[in-house]
Amino acid sequence: MTSLPVTQSKVNYTAWPDEAGHFGPYGGKFVPETLMPALDELEEVYLKAKHDKEFQAELDHLLRTFVGRPTPLTYARRLTEYFGGPRIYIKREDLAHTGAHKINNALGQALLMKRKMQKTRIVAETGAGQHGVATATAAAMLGIECVVYMGTVDMARQEPNVYRMRLLGAEVRGVDSGSKTLKDAINEAIRDWVTNVRNTHYLLGSALGPHPYPTIVRDFQSVIGREALRQMLDPETGPGRLPDAIVACVGGGSNAIGVFHPFLEYEHVRLIGVEAGGRGIEGGEHAARFADPKLGRLGVLQGTKSYVLQDEDGQIALTHSISAGLDYASVGPEHAWLRDLGRTEYTYATDDEALEGVRLLSRLEGIIPALESAHAVAHLVKLAPQMSKDEIILVNLSGRGDKDLGTIMKELGAL
Amino acid sequence: MTGLERIEAVFRRCRAEGRAAFMPYHAMGYPDRQKTLQIIRTLSEIGADLFEIGIPHSDPLADGPTIQTATYTALMQGTTVKDCLAMVRELRAMGVAQPFCAMSYYNPIFAYGVERFVEDAAAAGVDGLIVPDLPPEEAGELEAACRQAGLATIYLLAPTSTEERIRYVASHCTGFIYLVSVTGITGARSELPPDLAEFVARVRRHTDLPLAVGFGIANGAQAAAVARIAEGVIVGSALVKAAGGEDGLARVAALGRELAHGAHHPRANGAS
Repeated sequence: MTSLPVTQSKVNYTAWPDEAGHFGPYGGKFVPETLMPALDELEEVYLKAKHDKEFQAELDHLLRTFVGRPTPLTYARRLTEYFGGPRIYIKREDLAHTGAHKINNALGQALLMKRKMQKTRIVAETGAGQHGVATATAAAMLGIECVVYMGTVDMARQEPNVYRMRLLGAEVRGVDSGSKTLKDAINEAIRDWVTNVRNTHYLLGSALGPHPYPTIVRDFQSVIGREALRQMLDPETGPGRLPDAIVACVGGGSNAIGVFHPFLEYEHVRLIGVEAGGRGIEGGEHAARFADPKLGRLGVLQGTKSYVLQDEDGQIALTHSISAGLDYASVGPEHAWLRDLGRTEYTYATDDEALEGVRLLSRLEGIIPALESAHAVAHLVKLAPQMSKDEIILVNLSGRGDKDLGTIMKELGAL
Repeated sequence: MTGLERIEAVFRRCRAEGRAAFMPYHAMGYPDRQKTLQIIRTLSEIGADLFEIGIPHSDPLADGPTIQTATYTALMQGTTVKDCLAMVRELRAMGVAQPFCAMSYYNPIFAYGVERFVEDAAAAGVDGLIVPDLPPEEAGELEAACRQAGLATIYLLAPTSTEERIRYVASHCTGFIYLVSVTGITGARSELPPDLAEFVARVRRHTDLPLAVGFGIANGAQAAAVARIAEGVIVGSALVKAAGGEDGLARVAALGRELAHGAHHPRANGAS
């Protein structure tokens, strides 16, 4: 076992949320009264499970034997040579069962419901379909009824995942309201939850929503960062030291918060989140909450206070991203708070840059990334030239790209 | 007289007259601006005691398909928060005197600026606020502004609310408490939930405030049944549904009369 480096951090970054679920001015619980008792129950049950050795042992066992954890850390030799700068390592969440990090949280919450709550049914939302597939998978394995809401635009662009969910025994309900994407799927999942809250758990898939979801999702996803920290420090599996920068894509922000969190106390490690720049910031067709001062302002969406893309009247803006999983108008409240504290930084990659990221990683490393994860890869094009050869970058590759082949074929055309 | 006092006066008068208050909801800007004014004026002339006026939001997560569609239509026609307040002023100028409770999700209010919204709403003629996604825990700023401006802060209680939450939420309510009849979203339903009377009684043990019941009430018989156990009968989706289409105003008037009759004469309408 490698011993962890001593930290000199003056801020305890793990002190949040407070008791009411606030990360500084962000977070909280903004939901209809019908759901307040369910959130209180979820918090109570979760806190018990967090300190319950038996529960943690069962989760750990399933993560190893069902999900395939720990996922590997891969040294990207040819990508490193291509940029001619810092050494690049990749945390391979694309190799987790179902092809993305989403299974970490889906399995955790499904097990929580199965073992600790008097509920029999799960509802979930999905954008890219990865969280839906992960939830359907966990539900199948644990024998739980599962309904997944998905915008009809997303159903069209992530068709294989729709079939996958149905094959796994989940019911997929198309959502035709609003922009017909992730935000609208969440609205519909919440409406279902409000109606069926007595027997239904809402298995929210990102570090979003009302307290305690941002904390629960972060904790279940922090397995990524804990493994990566060990793998980086161990000379057998990594460079034998901490990275200088970590890059992850940020939609709601669950893979990013999962990989960032165990590194927060090591203040010299830069933590960089990459939002979806869509067709560019100026035209407003994007999902870059932190990058657009005109549309991205403090607001309340779907249970939490955070940065929200909205018009002057507080109506939520329509977003665009080539990747369904990043196509969302708000961002997890803890990201907003860590940004205020100066601990994390955020940038964006456009659709075109993400496609270039897909091409680079596929050709140089033999890894086809999900369009979401390709945003993180794309940022290397800007970041690597600013860093020296003796520095190290860790990229969290949140998912694999099989689900995106339809979109990628349309965009890149004949090769 | 403050907005809160005007709301309190309505419930005092209803009690003195031995009846419940009929409290129609309308989605501002639906089907259009002109018809909104006509619908509210018509309802004010046929027995409405207090109005809930819905400010449209792009993401109405507590609403069923009827109100979703209505508020979406209103938004597509460019209805803004300012427009809604302007319509309130116009209705006051037209002589509509019943209290108005503005119902809005929190983000439009937050984006407007909480304090400024409350001031402007009070100045326009709004008497109370209902914000379905804002529990008292998060409402400190709004409550302070409402106290300052004399507006009522009305919260919702649901069948899932525990005794502890009933006490807590009731202690933050002024004017009346909004009881959500069903575990669910807004929308007309064919039956009232069987445990409604028990839920109302459970809340009443903890408060002296008037109790108004909403969600799912669609006809005179249901309104009468609710009026037998509560001080207020709130009807939204059924009226909004009637408001769409060619003869919307006539249909709203017909249904409004039936509902007002049910709320005002609980024993003369429907089985007991």
